[in-house]
Amino acid sequence: MTQTSSPTRTPADASAVKPRKIQGRSLWQNALRRLMRNKAAVASIGVLLVIVIVCCFGQLLRPYAIDDVAWDAIGAPPDANHWFGSDQNGRDLFVRVLFGGRISLAVGLIATIVSLVIGVLYGATAGFLGGKIDSAMMRFVDILYSLPFMFFVILLMVILGRNILLIFVAIGAVEWLDMARIVRGQTLSIKRREFIEAAHASGVSTWNIIRRHIVPNTLGPVVVYTTLTVPKVILLESFLSFLGLGVQEPMTSWGVLISDGAANMEIAPWMLVWPALFLAVTLFCLNFIGDGIRDALDPKDR
Amino acid sequence: MPEPRHMLEVIDLKVHFPVSRGFLRGQDKLKAVDGVSFNLRAGETLGVVGESGCGKSTLGRAVLQLIQPTDGNVLWMGQELTEADSASLRTLRRDVQIIFQDPLASLDPRMTVGEIIAEPLETHYPEKSKAEVREAVRAIMAKVGLREEMINRYPHEFSGGQAQRIGIARAMILQPRLIVCDEPVSALDVSIQAQIINLLMQLQAEFNLSLIFISHDLSVVRHISHRIMVLYLGKLVELAERDALYARPAHPYTRALISAVPLPDPARERERKRIVLQGDLPSPLNPPSGCRFRTRCPLAEARCAEEEPKLRHFGDGQEVACHFPEREIRP
Amino acid sequence: MTPASEMTDTKAPLLEVKNLTTRFATPEGEVAAVSDVNFTLHAGETLGVVGESGSGKSQIFMSIMGLLASNGKASGSVKYRGQEILNMAPARLNRIRGKSLSMIFQDPMTSLNPFLTVERQMTEVLVLHQGMNKASARKRAIEMLDVVRIPEAKRRVDMYPHEFSGGMRQRVMIAMALLCEPDVLIADEPTTALDVTIQAQILDLMDDLKRNLGTAIVMITHDMGVIARLSDRVMVMYGGRVAETGPVETLFYQPYHPYTLGLLASMPRIDSDLGQALPTIPGQPPNLQFLPAGCAFQDRCAWCSERCLKELPLLRPVSEGHSRACHRDQLDIAALEGVHA
Repeated sequence: MTQTSSPTRTPADASAVKPRKIQGRSLWQNALRRLMRNKAAVASIGVLLVIVIVCCFGQLLRPYAIDDVAWDAIGAPPDANHWFGSDQNGRDLFVRVLFGGRISLAVGLIATIVSLVIGVLYGATAGFLGGKIDSAMMRFVDILYSLPFMFFVILLMVILGRNILLIFVAIGAVEWLDMARIVRGQTLSIKRREFIEAAHASGVSTWNIIRRHIVPNTLGPVVVYTTLTVPKVILLESFLSFLGLGVQEPMTSWGVLISDGAANMEIAPWMLVWPALFLAVTLFCLNFIGDGIRDALDPKDR
Repeated sequence: MPEPRHMLEVIDLKVHFPVSRGFLRGQDKLKAVDGVSFNLRAGETLGVVGESGCGKSTLGRAVLQLIQPTDGNVLWMGQELTEADSASLRTLRRDVQIIFQDPLASLDPRMTVGEIIAEPLETHYPEKSKAEVREAVRAIMAKVGLREEMINRYPHEFSGGQAQRIGIARAMILQPRLIVCDEPVSALDVSIQAQIINLLMQLQAEFNLSLIFISHDLSVVRHISHRIMVLYLGKLVELAERDALYARPAHPYTRALISAVPLPDPARERERKRIVLQGDLPSPLNPPSGCRFRTRCPLAEARCAEEEPKLRHFGDGQEVACHFPEREIRP
Repeated sequence: MTPASEMTDTKAPLLEVKNLTTRFATPEGEVAAVSDVNFTLHAGETLGVVGESGSGKSQIFMSIMGLLASNGKASGSVKYRGQEILNMAPARLNRIRGKSLSMIFQDPMTSLNPFLTVERQMTEVLVLHQGMNKASARKRAIEMLDVVRIPEAKRRVDMYPHEFSGGMRQRVMIAMALLCEPDVLIADEPTTALDVTIQAQILDLMDDLKRNLGTAIVMITHDMGVIARLSDRVMVMYGGRVAETGPVETLFYQPYHPYTLGLLASMPRIDSDLGQALPTIPGQPPNLQFLPAGCAFQDRCAWCSERCLKELPLLRPVSEGHSRACHRDQLDIAALEGVHA
């Protein structure tokens, strides 16, 4: 990358040389540049993309569906027909790992988006309104925090029955609490910054202050936290599935597969190795990306 | 409508902040500004000086109605503002602007220079077309000494002096009549301070601007102000024309302040007799009785503890809140 | 002349700095924060170091004290009483640092531990450095607080830093720096964060220390007034280099460098009215990352010539003890923007 003008250079000397129109680099562009220089993060993005593509389309390579039973290959080790081997019911593990990946990634994505939307709205409202409303809203969050998570999930299950939607609801309902706290804290600190006061002094309306100044400035930490929430959510889903509270057969997820694999670890280790490998690599990538984004947004904290 | 005598009239303004004493132990009152009155003419610069905690920044913000005054009146062009409806507050926001001490902190880091400067214009004149707004931004940028090609850059790409010019452009774009300058040069390098002071004075001359210039730097205030107001712990202690204040400071606090500023002149600095005040600023939560300055005052007597000195005329056109403004201080 | 400055001629210097250069490795490349700085400091002398942000004025002394950030590297030579101390191992440097060379900073709160009483923080140094017992260390701490005129020192010594006001904290810092009776006290903008009346108290105190204890003081500041008040000699920094150095009187009354000249002319003064427009130095302070070839001040200088663009001006003497780094022999003051002759 050639650098004709560095962002740290003061405009006075930069443009003394070449008086042409300069396109400034926004903080986002700067962050992206720094992220692209972070090798671990870039490699992680690449690997994660490959995993996503394989999970989505890899199934087309094989002639099996997730519930096709091959009677001649029950619990067979990996070979030319069944690349990852097959499980105790003779189902192709390659196809099932990829399908499980789709579920796990979807849960991660959707539950994160749910928590993001609720958390940002709730946190920004509490932080901006402040005072008694803020106290009341945050005490409610505290109460939800103090509920044991497993108790909460079992309660939901008793009421609603086992359902894949339940996982989204359960996980989203827990994860938004953190997001709300983070956004509220950000809003509180931004609210006191001088540029907000400047906007007030210019007569900018409250709604425009939130929209134009507060929300864009909370996005940095929110993006970081979001990338770190996705792996957390995937893990939670795996944990629930491992306990038998997650998705139902014949559907599957990495958690379910690992649970099955763990049960058959001694006779069919491949049943554990493949889903565990995929899960571990995905989590690694997501965490590296999250760390990379955090460093990129806040270069001083490195 | 006849033009009122003063553009801005502030009468007995008070700003008190509640301060929690701790859980279930009730509240104290922090009297940040406690009964300050002054007025301002068109094209005039009023310097406001005092040390940290004297309430000078709070005063500026209360005039702008950014902080709700506890008591007292603020009249803008003869119109009461403390109970103003949103329409007259809108007029105020158009006519009165503010620039801040930390130029970078006062600019939204996620907006371009062009967007920052345009925001007040878009807020007050939403009917203006994009091209008109851009033209106005360009014009004001040229006025404050920013080059046109900087319009798409972001605040973090600028040095302090340039960022302060952006802040001034944002304040100037609505063609206000009064700008409250809250320590506008204190965060800048010495060689940049003069540039910004010159710019403010030049804008003032060109647009007949009034300035309320808040600063702790008495040299800068002397250069830019027509009249100067000295605050101590939320109280006005002295208000005078610039030359009178520096030639014959009446209040012992003003005298101490002026004598405490080191001169960039080694020989004179070494011969100078200084009034060095003893002790620290008392807590504004629990100010001394009577005259608030008495705990550090070299002239203090028993009377000062009992009776609060009223602001009164002294000499030619000076106003001072002291029982003994005529006494000499022997350092 | 004070007795202290008479001694300086006969004695060897306390500090001798030669060709000090400090570079920082940054993601954008190497930056020279300090380039080729030379000076000496004698006992009882006060050296004022003045410059803008990024002029390198603080980094000189951070290098000397071995307090550079981890990406910084200093080269050259710094001799304290003839002993080379630059880049000395921290364990050995600690025997000199704090005991013979002390430094105080702009914000005392960041250098005081908020969880320890002032007594604990002060006696620690004495017990460690001088092997005092606790009781005598406490007594000495109270004595030092008296020296810096903290009222009721006996009671206050048991208080925590946050219980002191800003001015009091700076006094505590000075007291701590003086505990081991250092030869050199380096003060980095000690009064910048303080109000003027409190600044006057602290400057008075430093004046007394210099007179009574004979401590050599280095006063790093951006305020020409503070320099005029305290210094015997002045070093003006620009772009990491010494622009001009000399005795305080000649430097203030006959500045030879365009930057010093501009700095003095552009300051509003409390004792006189400069008229409508202030003379200014145009442009912005230089970015050390992109220093031009030749003189760092070239694009802000009213006297800039062809030679200044190409050739770095070296410090050369103009009179006894007074040198400046400028190619021009004479400066016509009328060339300065806005000066009314």
